[in-house]
Amino acid sequence: MTALSISAQKAGQTARKPFSLSAFGGRWLSPVLLLLLWELGSRVGVIPERTLAAPSAVMGALFEMIISGELPSNLLVSFGRVAVGLFIGVGLGTILGLVSGLSRSGELIVDPLMQIKRTIPALALTPLFIVWFGIGETPKIALIAFGTIFPVYLNLFSGIRSVDPRLLEAARSFGLSRAEQIWHVVLPAAFPALLVGLRYALSVSILVLVVAEQINASAGLGYLINNARDFMRTDIIVVCLMVYAILGLLADWGVRAIERRALVWRPSIVEQ
Amino acid sequence: MDARLGFSVVKTFTSEPDEAPVVRLRNFSRRFGPNVIIDGLDLDIAPGEFVALLGRSGSGKTTLLRTLAGLDEVSGQDVTVPGSRAVVFQDARLLPWKLVWKNVGLGLKGDALRERSEKALHEVGLGHRLDAWPLTLSGGEAQRVALARALVREPELLLLDEPFAALDALTRYRMHDLVLALWRVHRPAVLMVTHDVEEAIALADRILVLDGGRIVAEERIGVERGQRGGLSARLREKLLSHLGGDHGEDVVSLVQAAE
Repeated sequence: MTALSISAQKAGQTARKPFSLSAFGGRWLSPVLLLLLWELGSRVGVIPERTLAAPSAVMGALFEMIISGELPSNLLVSFGRVAVGLFIGVGLGTILGLVSGLSRSGELIVDPLMQIKRTIPALALTPLFIVWFGIGETPKIALIAFGTIFPVYLNLFSGIRSVDPRLLEAARSFGLSRAEQIWHVVLPAAFPALLVGLRYALSVSILVLVVAEQINASAGLGYLINNARDFMRTDIIVVCLMVYAILGLLADWGVRAIERRALVWRPSIVEQ
Repeated sequence: MDARLGFSVVKTFTSEPDEAPVVRLRNFSRRFGPNVIIDGLDLDIAPGEFVALLGRSGSGKTTLLRTLAGLDEVSGQDVTVPGSRAVVFQDARLLPWKLVWKNVGLGLKGDALRERSEKALHEVGLGHRLDAWPLTLSGGEAQRVALARALVREPELLLLDEPFAALDALTRYRMHDLVLALWRVHRPAVLMVTHDVEEAIALADRILVLDGGRIVAEERIGVERGQRGGLSARLREKLLSHLGGDHGEDVVSLVQAAE
């Protein structure tokens, strides 16, 4: 009897359909609302244009810059800096991680240096790099490379060291040589960690790019922003911020794509 | 039939004296620091013989198996093991980033690797899982892949380290049948480490009980496999009493109570 009455009560409750945010766009609701308020504020005059351009003005500036070729050409310059810097940084990080992870003496030599390096924020080296490399492309690329070595190194190192010893033992019991053990067991096991390091490195590289491009750049996103600041073009500044955000998203998406392909053996990905 | 049940606490004897044993240990000792794990052990295993090694945890049975597998360095000791060995561990230890057939062929030299792996997988009834990822296998399937990985090497000595301990009862019985069937075809010498007396009785030609680094009991079973139900109860009791150590009485009385 009581069970019946309870279920009847419950049925009555669900029939009333409680208020649900998901019916109004779910997670999109608040960002869209913010954009609308921003636009409204600009139209009414609460937000002056020299403080922050309206979303519609930003979109206008974006299209204008794409059509004039100003954005693509400068984006390409910035992209090139990140690509070269990452290539050097990730490459060095990988090599040092392998040396340090795979051999005890390698660890003794490399790891202390890397730990010292870790305590120095990459951006703090900007003045020194300017003194050394001048104000051209070199200090920008060097800063990105310097900043991205460590996340790759640290993750690869710990990935190699946390290989399941039972798997290594099994490989050994089947007569695999040391080199074969590294190739078949250690490196595949450490690969997911390397990808995590790569992901960190990508976000670091964009962060460093923003600062590095403030160094007397004559092209690139940073140059665009500096110019826009001088002319108080907040719309262009916001466009560049958006591009930075999109770069970050793309980088993350790229690594995820690699993960999907390279880590198909993982059950969470297998199930999909 | 009864004569077989008499306990023979014998130091060593080869099953067939005229045939050279594939495994031969003489006065083998192993210690880590002050802890003596194995103490003056003699062991012979004849070609094609199925030996079960019973022991409590800490009795040294895993250490002995690791020695025979060549996983622990032994220097200056009288140890003879065949060159071709293969181990099946309690956890299957498949490499999750390699397809099932590549796991089976891991480290094999020569060509037609896929064909050889495929044949081995067919033998364990997993011909259809050739291209599966190891992490999608059930526990029983993974263990069968591990068996295939061991057999594809045509070992003279097959080492089984509690290979069925993690499986459910039904799967375990199926695995017993499978192991026996494969053993009859390939005839490797087998050393199976287990703590399951029933399992030892069901599978082995000879059962050794290891305690404190020494073989404290040795029992040869001549009854055909499959007709061992009758001798189980009495033999089990004896083996358990040797296994039990401090808790011996409890275990045995429990078994008696159950009967």
